[in-house]
This record gives sequence, C-alpha cells and structure tokens, in this order.
Amino acid sequence: MSTRHKILLLDDDQELVEVYREMLRRLPSQPEIYTATSGARAIALLDSQPFSLLISDLNMPKMDGLQVLTIVRRKFPQLRTAVMTSVVDAQFRTRAYAMGIDLFLEKPNTAQEVSFFVDCIESLLDRETDTGGFRGVQSKSLVDIIQLECLSQSSSVLKVTNGSFSGKVWFKNGDLIDAESQDLKGEIAFRRILSWKTGNFEILPAEPERNRTIFNSYQGLLLESAQALDEAKGQPVGGDGAGGAAAVSPLATLARFNGVEFVIAVSGDDQKFESWSSENPEPISKWVRQTMQRFRELGEGFQAGELNQLEGLGPQCHVAVVSNGNADLCVGFHRSLSQDLVRDTMSKIVTQWAS
Amino acid sequence: MGFLNLLSRRGAGPGLVRLPTGSFTLDPGGRIVASTLPRSFPAAHVQQIGALVLSTFQSARAAQIPLTELIADYAALKLTARELRGGAIIFLAPR
Repeated sequence: MSTRHKILLLDDDQELVEVYREMLRRLPSQPEIYTATSGARAIALLDSQPFSLLISDLNMPKMDGLQVLTIVRRKFPQLRTAVMTSVVDAQFRTRAYAMGIDLFLEKPNTAQEVSFFVDCIESLLDRETDTGGFRGVQSKSLVDIIQLECLSQSSSVLKVTNGSFSGKVWFKNGDLIDAESQDLKGEIAFRRILSWKTGNFEILPAEPERNRTIFNSYQGLLLESAQALDEAKGQPVGGDGAGGAAAVSPLATLARFNGVEFVIAVSGDDQKFESWSSENPEPISKWVRQTMQRFRELGEGFQAGELNQLEGLGPQCHVAVVSNGNADLCVGFHRSLSQDLVRDTMSKIVTQWAS
Repeated sequence: MGFLNLLSRRGAGPGLVRLPTGSFTLDPGGRIVASTLPRSFPAAHVQQIGALVLSTFQSARAAQIPLTELIADYAALKLTARELRGGAIIFLAPR
C-alpha cells in the first residue's frame, strides 16, 4: 500500500522534462519520476520495470507520441497514459482518446493550468488499477459517471465507446435529456449504452440546442436499466420458446438473426475455426485471419485507432468481421440486405457474442 | 513562473502526420491514377493502403466471397473502397 507510484515522463525537450519533473515532485503522493527523451527509451524503461503512469508528448522526432501510445496500449494495456502537448488539434485529441488514453492535456501556460495539471495527475494516480470499468478522464462505472454529471448540474455530452459501438448521452443543467447509439435514440439508446460493461468515455462540450427526448428522472432511468439488466441475466440464452435449445451451438444462436447466411469464429492464436452453415469455411477463415491482421497493422501504422469492424459487400453475399479479444467473428449476410441493415444486425450479433 | 514560456513555445510540428480526407484511384496494376489527398500525406502510405485494398479484393475472390465494396471502420478513420474493373477507388475520412 505504501509503495510510491512511478511516473514516466516522455518529451524530446530535455529542458521541458526537467520543468515537468519539478512540477510532479510537488504531488502529495510524492511519486518517483523517471524521464525519457525518445519513444524507444521510454518503451525500454517500461519494459524494465512497472510504472503507474506514462505522460507523453505528441510531437517528437523519429517515433511520435501516437506511435509510442500504439505500442504502449498493446504491450502494457493496464498502464495509465496521459498526453500533454502543445498540438491543439481536435483530430489528434480524438485519435489519442481512440487509443484509450486516460487524459489529454494541453501544456500548461498559466499558474492555474499548472495547478490543474498537477491535480489531474494526482487524481489519476489515486485510482487503483482495475480490470473493468470505463477508461476515460476518470475510470469509473458508467452509472457513477452519469450520477456525477447529474449531481453537478452539468451541461455536457458524454461520449461512450465500447469496441465497435459508440453512444452519446446529453445532459442539460443536470438533467439527462437525450441519448443516441447507432440507430437507437432516447431511453432505448440509454439502456443500450448502460448495458456495456467496459469501454472508454469522454466528456464533450454541451450542445444547448439538443432537443429533449428523455423526460424521466435519471434516478428512475438508472433503476429501470439495472432491473432490466438483472432480468436479462436470469434468462436462458437463446430461449425463444422453440424448446430443446439447450444443446444449440453458440454460433447457431448468433445465426438466428434475419439475413444471416453463415457464421465463422476464427481463433487468433492457432489455425482453429468454428463455423455454422458455411459451405467453404476453410478458405473464408483463412481470409478473415489474414485480412484482419493486415488491416490491424495498417491502422497501427497510421495511428488510426482500433479496427472496429470490416465490412465487405459483394454480388453473392455481404460479410462483416469484428474482433473480440483474440478471436474474429465473420458473419455472412444475404446479398439483398442493405448496408445499414448489415451494420445494425451485426451490432446485435456482436452484443450477443460478447455476452 | 517564467518557465511557463518554455512550455508554450512550440506549436504543431512536422513530426505528426494528419489522417487525410480525400480519395484516390488505382488501376489494376496498383498504380495511382488520380488522387485528391493532400500532398502532405506521404505517397508511400497511399501505396500501402492501395496495395492492401487490391490484395483484399483478390483474396476475397479466391476465398469464394467476391466483394465489390470494402469498409474498414477504425476508431479514428473510415476507409471505404470500391472495386473498379480490377482497380479501386478508395475514400479516406477521419472521424
């Protein structure tokens, strides 16, 4: 309990690193401060010992901050990461958050901003490393975040990302006024978002012109959603009243959605795959494995964030592929399905697969 | 607090590559025929994307799932590719 936190500071400017070091030394938790002036050096240090937090600049020669974060997210998924940069650009901010950073800060310019920076870092260090919850400005449960926004009478937009899904919840003066997720809106969308167990979140500026579609109190909504989730947990998977469903393959239950022609689950480690209703599962599973791997590498190369989904439309069938942990799920759809319908059905399938 | 000037002295530099908005067209041999991508986006990156898209269309055909359109949905970028008689037109749109 009494071990001191270790912070690794990464910036190519040695003078700046020293300034940050001085600021961080004043933190109440008195962390140990390590520094690196290149991405390679930072990664070598992270390899050599456990750290609580990495604070990285973005704009650096050779390996830039986004490249470092890509590697760090893959090699050290539990490490808390913060970006502190003078690059004021919404795209880089979005990309950094898409990589799962905990905090994106502009380099402080005033004494007040320095104080804010120090407070934010101390707050990050305060939290125990956990395996679940939502990574964002603070790692809390979604219910906590919503309650915080409402109790503090906030006007803001909460953006939540869960794998290939994303959703937004709008707050106005502490009231929860609207929600949206994929094609869902209002209370239904809110319940969908609340059913996600992990992900990232980000607080965006308020949108005062947003129309109100939710009129229930946030307490009532949270209670209803919790009850619905509890009831869903109690129901048998695939229980559609057909009887005798106990031995149904998990892939077959996924394939019950309209328009689904085949389902193939491909394991990432070995050459194994599981298929349902596919006439030629072997070549397709090989294509899925290779293609997903190549597109993931492409995304990492451009720091475009996680590959959420790959869709292909064809004259014979449409396919959609998503990853979950170490496995890829490929679903073949009838060619008559529109792209929107493919996406919508796939999101339902993925939700069921993930659960 | 004179050291604060030190913190704010740098703007966006050349080290970071912005994800581009635009499209480019490839012939069946993988050569770029037309592009609306900004010049700041390295040509090698464009070639890399093009080669991957063309090989994906080819390998899908070999796997007996011929495709005419491909959408790669990244957290920060959407890549849409349409097959054009062996070549492809590819759209890039950062989020």
